[in-house]
Amino acid sequence: MILAVAKNRLFNLRRDRAAFVLAFVLPVAFFSIFAGIFSGSGRSATGRIPVALVDEDGSENSRRLVAALRAEAGLDARTAPATEKAEKNPAPLPPYTAASAEQAVRAGDVPVAVVIPKGFGERPFSFSPGGAETRPTLRVLADSSDPIAPQVLQGLLQRAAMTALPGAMARGGMAEVDRWSGGLTAEQKARMDEALRSIEAPPPPGQPEAPPRARSGSGGLVAVDVRDVVGQAKRNPTVTFYASALGVMFLLFSATGAGGALIEEAESGTLDRILSTRVSMTKLLLGKLVYLAVIGVAQLTLMFLWGWLLFGVELVPHLPGFLVMTVATALASSAFGLMLASVCRTRMQLVAVANLSILLMSAVGGSFYPRYLMSEKLQRFGLLTINAWAIDGFQKIFWRDAPVWSVWPQVLVLLAASAVFLVIARRVAAKWELA
Amino acid sequence: MPAAPLPLEIRDLSKSFGGRAALAGVSLTIAPGEILGLLGPNGAGKTTLVRSVAGRVRADGGSLRIFGLDPFANQARSVRGWVPQEIALYPLLSPRENLWTFGRYQGLSDGALEGGIRRSLDWIGLADRADEKTDRLSGGMKRRLNIAAGTIHEPRILLLDEPTVGVDPQSRERIYAMILELRASGVSLLYTTHYMEEAERLCDRIAIIDNGRVIASGTKDELVRNTVGGRETLVVEATAPLPAALAQELIGRGGQVDGATARFSVQAAGDEIRGLLERFHAAGVAVRNLTLKSPTLEQVFLQLTGRELRE
Repeated sequence: MILAVAKNRLFNLRRDRAAFVLAFVLPVAFFSIFAGIFSGSGRSATGRIPVALVDEDGSENSRRLVAALRAEAGLDARTAPATEKAEKNPAPLPPYTAASAEQAVRAGDVPVAVVIPKGFGERPFSFSPGGAETRPTLRVLADSSDPIAPQVLQGLLQRAAMTALPGAMARGGMAEVDRWSGGLTAEQKARMDEALRSIEAPPPPGQPEAPPRARSGSGGLVAVDVRDVVGQAKRNPTVTFYASALGVMFLLFSATGAGGALIEEAESGTLDRILSTRVSMTKLLLGKLVYLAVIGVAQLTLMFLWGWLLFGVELVPHLPGFLVMTVATALASSAFGLMLASVCRTRMQLVAVANLSILLMSAVGGSFYPRYLMSEKLQRFGLLTINAWAIDGFQKIFWRDAPVWSVWPQVLVLLAASAVFLVIARRVAAKWELA
Repeated sequence: MPAAPLPLEIRDLSKSFGGRAALAGVSLTIAPGEILGLLGPNGAGKTTLVRSVAGRVRADGGSLRIFGLDPFANQARSVRGWVPQEIALYPLLSPRENLWTFGRYQGLSDGALEGGIRRSLDWIGLADRADEKTDRLSGGMKRRLNIAAGTIHEPRILLLDEPTVGVDPQSRERIYAMILELRASGVSLLYTTHYMEEAERLCDRIAIIDNGRVIASGTKDELVRNTVGGRETLVVEATAPLPAALAQELIGRGGQVDGATARFSVQAAGDEIRGLLERFHAAGVAVRNLTLKSPTLEQVFLQLTGRELRE
């Protein structure tokens, strides 16, 4: 009887072309847009940070610093605005000035700019407590709506300066030693000068100058070696994220939409007729749940298949985990949709309540952007949503290559949520059972 | 040997909604193969009674048995069919798919289900349109399909709630034929309608319900005899308005006069007709038309309830 109810809904879906398109075509189209935006973004979810560089000093040291910043893998540092790609032989644009760089940040062309002031090259480093007031200061111009770019840039600025200007740093350190030690002897000074000359000496003719080491910290004060332990061989991690993030959101929308058939049956008298047959309200709801879950599994499978075919999502190696998470997510979304349909009295009411609740859940639950970008409080709040648990489970499988059994917390929560929603739906649907 | 249980047996059934009594002690029975008509004005309790028999309303008091079974039991659901007043079908589905759905919901499967679908489509004359969307069918076709969805499992008792509402005369005749076929096959029917002529034509017995109670029941002749009696209505139409003196005399004899028309309630029609015609002739008034009408259910209803059936 439960399967008969599910089959009845499949008949309806097959005959309702608009519903079919909304269920399968729209989510894939939406996902394709996001995947197209983020595919090939490499390892970094945020990409390289565009930076406008202004060198007002023009000294050897400031030029070295500019070169080091341009070599940083995490930055897209430019001394002049980028030309239009559409032009065939574009004329180079004039270099940034402090004013034009500030304008570029205000206009949103770049999130951050760095201005190297006049005099920087003479004394780039200071080791004394009061040195900040006497040395020239690098000015960072930032857009306060982007909290990440300025923070990242400040860290990379310090590193670039240390690796690009070892001689200047050494001279500054020596000056402090001379001052605080009561004065170096002539012999000590001679030895220091010789060491500095070897640091600052240009490479022999024919040998190119070694570029600043922009990835590992081998040129810094503390030796650092960075090795990716997660995602080192991943293609398009952001695409995989959005396949699950958008997938669960669309599952919620289509489950509530299809669940609204219950309201239409009640209004048309069909529900009355059904309940006079051998189909009880419990069997009716379970049949609808089976149907909605099957459609949900099909929707997510289609999205991931599409992602695999077009955007390189690694589906095949993660098939068992994908199936487990897909079924759990589909069940939770379906039960949620049935619950909303039972609670609402009219289709219009259902649409309003569904839109509000699903958009809120999707925003807080991480369907629009990763939860790690949110405050801690919001991240905790997000755990009240199906979206958060579903996305976390998919990320475990696809990004962290975790074994299937490791998603048991996510699966448990999703299945528990399904049960709770279904119980609520059953209790509320009693209003239709008997007068 | 105990008698076989009746298809429907209701005793002192009562049901209230929010303090208002929808049923206030209804008692009636249906015999095997009988059509019982249920007449009553709006708000009389017909729908509540039908829904109680359909297992959609749980009564507050009294008893209701379908072939001796509790109306909420699965066995009762198997022997009972219900054709609601609304077209309770899936508009996007085809007749075949609708019949499949409700056949399965009644527990049919495999060969019995396929056979039921084929038989139903032939019976309602939609075999050639079995795979079109239901919302493309005419009103009459939808009504026939509505009946088929309630009878696909071959119930032994069928509840029909105003099955011909909004249907053209040709389709209505077809539905009447279907109902009579059901009765001929031994199905018992509870038939609610607002149309007196339907009740007079189809029903073996009629129950009149008002204010949650059955105020009269029986065959049409019994109801007429017990309410308006054997009196008939005689209508005399003259060629010109009646003279004042003649009109006064006719009113004094219990008639109603309206211009050139006079109405009388007569017992022994033959004697009274002769007497009236002599009076008209004596007054020099020519008679254009003479009509003798037997009592109708409408008159019975009006006498019992003080209201028209369709208000």
